[in-house]
Amino acid sequence: MQALSFSVHIPLVCFGISFPVMILFAEARWLRTGDPVYRELARRWGRVMIGLFGIGVITGTILSFEMGLLWPNFTATFGGVFGLGFAIEGFSFFVEAIFIGIYVYGWNRLSPRLHLLTGIPIVITGFTGSLMVISVNAWMNHPTGFKLLHGKVIDADPWKALLGNSYFWNELVHMYLAGYMVSGFLLAGVYAFARLRGRWGRYERAAITIPLMLAVLASIAQGPVGDWAARDVATTQPVKLAAIEGLAHTTRGAPEHLLGLYEDSKVKFGIEIPHLLSVLSFHSWDAKVIGLDSVPTSQQPPVNVVRFSFQTMVGIGTLLGALSLFALWVRLRRRRLPDSPWFYRALILAGPLSVVALIAGWVVDEVGRQPWVVYHVMPTADAVTGAPGIPVGYGALVVVYALVAAGLVWMLRRLANRPLDLEPEFR
Amino acid sequence: MSSPVLSSIPMVFVLTGIVLYAVLAGADFGAGFWTLFSGRGEHGLHIREEAHHSMGPVWEANHVWLIFVLTVFWTAYPTAFGSIASTLAAPLFLAGLGIVLRGAAYALRSGASAPRENLVLDTVFSLSSIVTPFALGTMVGAIAGGRVLVGDDAGHRFTSWLSATSLFDGVLAVATAAYLAAVYLAADATRREEPELAGEFRQRALLTGVLAGGLAVVGLIVVHHDQHVLYHELLHGRALPAVLVSAVAGVVALALVYWRRFEPARYVAALAIAAVLIGWALAQWPRVLPGLTIRQAAAPHDTLVAVIVAVLAGGAIVFPSIAWLFRLSLRGQFDPTSEVDAPRSPRPDTSLDALVPTTGRFALATLIAGIGLLTFANGHVAHAIGVAMLLAFVATAFLALVPALMPEPPASPPVPGPDESQPS
Repeated sequence: MQALSFSVHIPLVCFGISFPVMILFAEARWLRTGDPVYRELARRWGRVMIGLFGIGVITGTILSFEMGLLWPNFTATFGGVFGLGFAIEGFSFFVEAIFIGIYVYGWNRLSPRLHLLTGIPIVITGFTGSLMVISVNAWMNHPTGFKLLHGKVIDADPWKALLGNSYFWNELVHMYLAGYMVSGFLLAGVYAFARLRGRWGRYERAAITIPLMLAVLASIAQGPVGDWAARDVATTQPVKLAAIEGLAHTTRGAPEHLLGLYEDSKVKFGIEIPHLLSVLSFHSWDAKVIGLDSVPTSQQPPVNVVRFSFQTMVGIGTLLGALSLFALWVRLRRRRLPDSPWFYRALILAGPLSVVALIAGWVVDEVGRQPWVVYHVMPTADAVTGAPGIPVGYGALVVVYALVAAGLVWMLRRLANRPLDLEPEFR
Repeated sequence: MSSPVLSSIPMVFVLTGIVLYAVLAGADFGAGFWTLFSGRGEHGLHIREEAHHSMGPVWEANHVWLIFVLTVFWTAYPTAFGSIASTLAAPLFLAGLGIVLRGAAYALRSGASAPRENLVLDTVFSLSSIVTPFALGTMVGAIAGGRVLVGDDAGHRFTSWLSATSLFDGVLAVATAAYLAAVYLAADATRREEPELAGEFRQRALLTGVLAGGLAVVGLIVVHHDQHVLYHELLHGRALPAVLVSAVAGVVALALVYWRRFEPARYVAALAIAAVLIGWALAQWPRVLPGLTIRQAAAPHDTLVAVIVAVLAGGAIVFPSIAWLFRLSLRGQFDPTSEVDAPRSPRPDTSLDALVPTTGRFALATLIAGIGLLTFANGHVAHAIGVAMLLAFVATAFLALVPALMPEPPASPPVPGPDESQPS
């Protein structure tokens, strides 16, 4: 249930991270050039942003309800350790809500420069909010900063638990870049669709360039960052890595398998590349990689789910990276956007694919940690609620989210169908 | 166990949050209530538009108070939060559902234009605006009535929040929200010099004000039967001053509304509501749940300190911002007005172009350095620098790559081309 809410919330978070930056860039461009295309761009995106933020507020509230509803024992035991993160996140959200209101409703009512400045807190809080949530998740993966005595937390040091956590930094950067990729590709996809339909004015060109270039660059940077994150998993959560790779036994010079299915302690139908796993994880031909058999079966995560999700994420990431390199190459060689309609068709697909990769990434992170909710400290089964009626609530939530999603699509279409206001004079 | 003062401070924050949520977001719920009872035709449409318009810039900020309350509460009093959330799962879920539908309907309405679609959205919006405060009110009743027991799912799942006191609190919450909203909307309408509309909301405010006041009195009788301890505390104990303040403020607010002094009425009405909530808190202080005092419920010392520091630091940022938001909103700066900006003539932006070769080279350098440090170096410092390099690469490369792709500035005066004049 919470997973469902997360899947709905996370793509919205991506927009929270990167959308304000794009809007402010467009507005700054307008202030510099006085070209009404940029003003219209910033205003329209602003309207979309407040709509998405509204939905984000709602799904965020539901998530905080669910923390209590579904995981009462988890919050009761560890609230003292990680709650601080959510408190700060709440504040970020607060400031973000205030300034989004001022920004979107303040067009033409504040001086242009002041108006641009009101957008800056949105950028900052969009970042700190997600930062704190990710720090909580990183803490769940790599719990530090407290001691446990008879099931009670003592000596909690929330600052250390949340920010002094090595695991946190790579998760943050990985997620942050993912945020740019998802919202960049999704937005660019919208205008790619417009181009294929024959709408290719100055407005569309400006509108596709900003998100596309951000997504392209973020995808390129994501490669090394993802590699770094994986190496950190290899040292701090070896069992998760073993599940990702379907490695049954602790091996020296472990091979890597692409595709395939994990069955009876080996990967079937996969493409085996000898030694690659050791090289990737530890930069050494014969490094020892911990296998699943290092822990009892009851403590192993569901291998195929984790493996499949990981391969999905990496596969999509690679495709997006290739698409990005192509766009970059055309830009550097020809100083323009690609011409081929196939590029734009791919771009339309890139948005949804990046969302799939994003969610797959979270699945790897969350399911890979199972059966623990707090790694090696609290099993998921102990954290979950004793209250019945969860399936009913789940069903209701699915229906509601489906309705909300349908409504959102419809609203965005409405917003997109408004005629452009490109007159340099104001109405 | 922490000192009594330290362990109480977060509870003061929580109460402040609840009060602010009640008087700010409560009014937004009430505005939803009035969209349902707005009447038909042109006239009703006007009232609905008014209710929507006044919420626009502020409702998201108002709503976040609830999130604030939840997060501080579960951080500072994890045991109590766990017990409440599990026993009161059903009303909590109802409230959550209401919030989703309501927010969604509201957000979607900004994109809707056809009246028929608006009607559907308004109905969803107003129904959920009634369900949510009702559910939250029943929760208050359940906690105040001592029906939430300590432990996972320890209280009764239904009778805990379906007792007479709870149901009553739910109804009272809805009535108060409607009343507050009517007062606020009357004040807004007066500011915008629409006396007719203000008159409409004045009527509604008087009606619901009397209703809410009457309910509050009847409520005391219900509490007397249902929860004798609470009754005792409210009328004979520490909570009495708060109850009196509330009663006086309630009457004064009604009088102010009657004499059409809506602006002061806004604040006095809010005070009446705040006093009720504070009275509730005083009546059960220091008990959070039966047999659980604030001190017992509190998180470890360091966590409390951290929460307090975080809230104070956050407050230093939030309060000035929120004050600004409300000043803009109350002064009518968000009302639809004529545009004030001077038109600008397009001119080419060359400021970035001159930098392109340099930033381009810099971007390439940071990319190579970033990958190198992140992949082949070891140690946290090297990795941190590597990450910073990669982020710098994204930023600088963006600045270097984008200008050439942007459309040329239009000839001045700009003539919209055929592909721009049609709706996109």
